[in-house]
Amino acid sequence: MARMSLNVNGRDVSADVPDATLLVELLREHLDLRGVHVGCDTSQCGACSVLVDGRSVKSCTMFAGEADGSSVTTIEGLADGAELHPMQQAFRECHALQCGFCTPGMVLSAIDLLERQPDPGESEIREWLEGNLCRCTGYHNIVEAVKSCAAAQRS
Amino acid sequence: MQDFALHRPTSAAAAVETCRGCDEGRYLAGGQSLIPMMKLDLALPSDLVSLAGIAELSGIRREGETLTIGAAETHAAVAESAEVAGAIPALAGLAARIGDAQVRNRGTLGGSIAHADPAADYPAALLALGAAIVTDRREIEAESFFAGPYETALEAGELIRAARFPIPEAAAYAKFPQPASKFALVGVFLARTAEGVRVAVTGAATTVFRADAIEQALERSFEASALDGLEIPPDGLTDNLDASAEYRAHLIGAMTRRALTAI
Ligand SMILES: Cc1cc2nc3c(=O)[nH]c(=O)nc-3n(C[C@H](O)[C@H](O)[C@H](O)COP(=O)(O)OP(=O)(O)OC[C@H]3O[C@@H](n4cnc5c(N)ncnc54)[C@H](O)[C@@H]3O)c2cc1C
Ligand code: FES
Ligand code: FES
Repeated sequence: MARMSLNVNGRDVSADVPDATLLVELLREHLDLRGVHVGCDTSQCGACSVLVDGRSVKSCTMFAGEADGSSVTTIEGLADGAELHPMQQAFRECHALQCGFCTPGMVLSAIDLLERQPDPGESEIREWLEGNLCRCTGYHNIVEAVKSCAAAQRS
Repeated sequence: MQDFALHRPTSAAAAVETCRGCDEGRYLAGGQSLIPMMKLDLALPSDLVSLAGIAELSGIRREGETLTIGAAETHAAVAESAEVAGAIPALAGLAARIGDAQVRNRGTLGGSIAHADPAADYPAALLALGAAIVTDRREIEAESFFAGPYETALEAGELIRAARFPIPEAAAYAKFPQPASKFALVGVFLARTAEGVRVAVTGAATTVFRADAIEQALERSFEASALDGLEIPPDGLTDNLDASAEYRAHLIGAMTRRALTAI
């Protein structure tokens, strides 16, 4: 068992969990953040992506103990009350989701991209999102959403 | 997953010491290979010694004609490093195309070479550039480091601290990725150094290897036409669902040409 303290979506939390606990288990089962989705549990699909100190990681492929002292952002931490984060807003406006299963991971991964590259080209967006699989949309509108969010944030 | 104890030392010496005291101790770097293996019970450590809090394992430095990269540097950090881009741009480009963004944010140089996946990208760079692997107890030449699939010259509990790359005159890496995993179906790292041309191939066989015949041809003339008529035999190359040995042999030639045009 390890006692750890971290900041999740702006709130300081501490937890006592077995060392073999994955970050995704801590988030979903202990902190009840069910927007963190488990698609594959084999590091392939990116549905479980969250931001750890601002960078996207697959939370099924990181132990909770490794996040001790870090800040973690999940999809639940993006909106400000009723006001959506610009990336969420862009996904909504561009119809960038269908079943929505991949969406939390897509949104967080796309935020990580714009943090590092505020003006990505289409191929850069597609390459960046290679770690996030979507079985519904065909990706087109997801790419449009990222472009539109980038344009809105630059203006 | 089998339970284990997670240790978080803050120095390399403490990490080695902790690992030595454990039943089945394993170092944990980015976890991008080890955690999937643990989920499949392919690795059953009693203890994991995390390298994340050890400052002396990170850092990217150029000293004269040598570039040293700390074992704990992530693929993303290498891809984004101005130091790497200035010294060996092909290495930055290689790191930028490992797996996907999330894997690059966690996975590390040390983890990749210790894991020694036969289709991993870094081993090709280490072998072609004639890099040295610096551990807690010695320096190992890349040439004698990669011993087989998932096998290296590391002793039990030996910790990689850094890799030291001699800076080449020019270098390029071309990879034909397996489309789902992004690992190399075939990857060719080509380097022109003061000692000659060195070509290392990953993904094509059970371990990374140097393509002697291609090196000799390029030594005579450093251009794509030097490869005309050169037979690359499929003998000994991996033959599986992803690609036949013949196709891999063809890709070695194609990726070498691609690397040559990029140089
Ligand atoms: C979806 C996906 C796609 C990928 N695609 C690619 C790809 O295209 N190309 C590619 O090359 N790789 C790819 N990888 C593998 C990735 O690069 C891993 O990050 C890398 O193989 C292991 O590095 P790590 O830091 O995550 O190590 P870990 O998983 O933490 O450790 C791996 C092994 O190395 C040992 N180890 C770690 N650090 C040290 C050290 N300093 N000294 C001694 N032993 C150490 C560990 O004990 C363990 O046995 C992919 C992985 C995933 C999940
Ligand atoms: S659930 Fe983590 S990558 Fe699929
Ligand atoms: S919207 Fe259904 S998986 Fe992407």
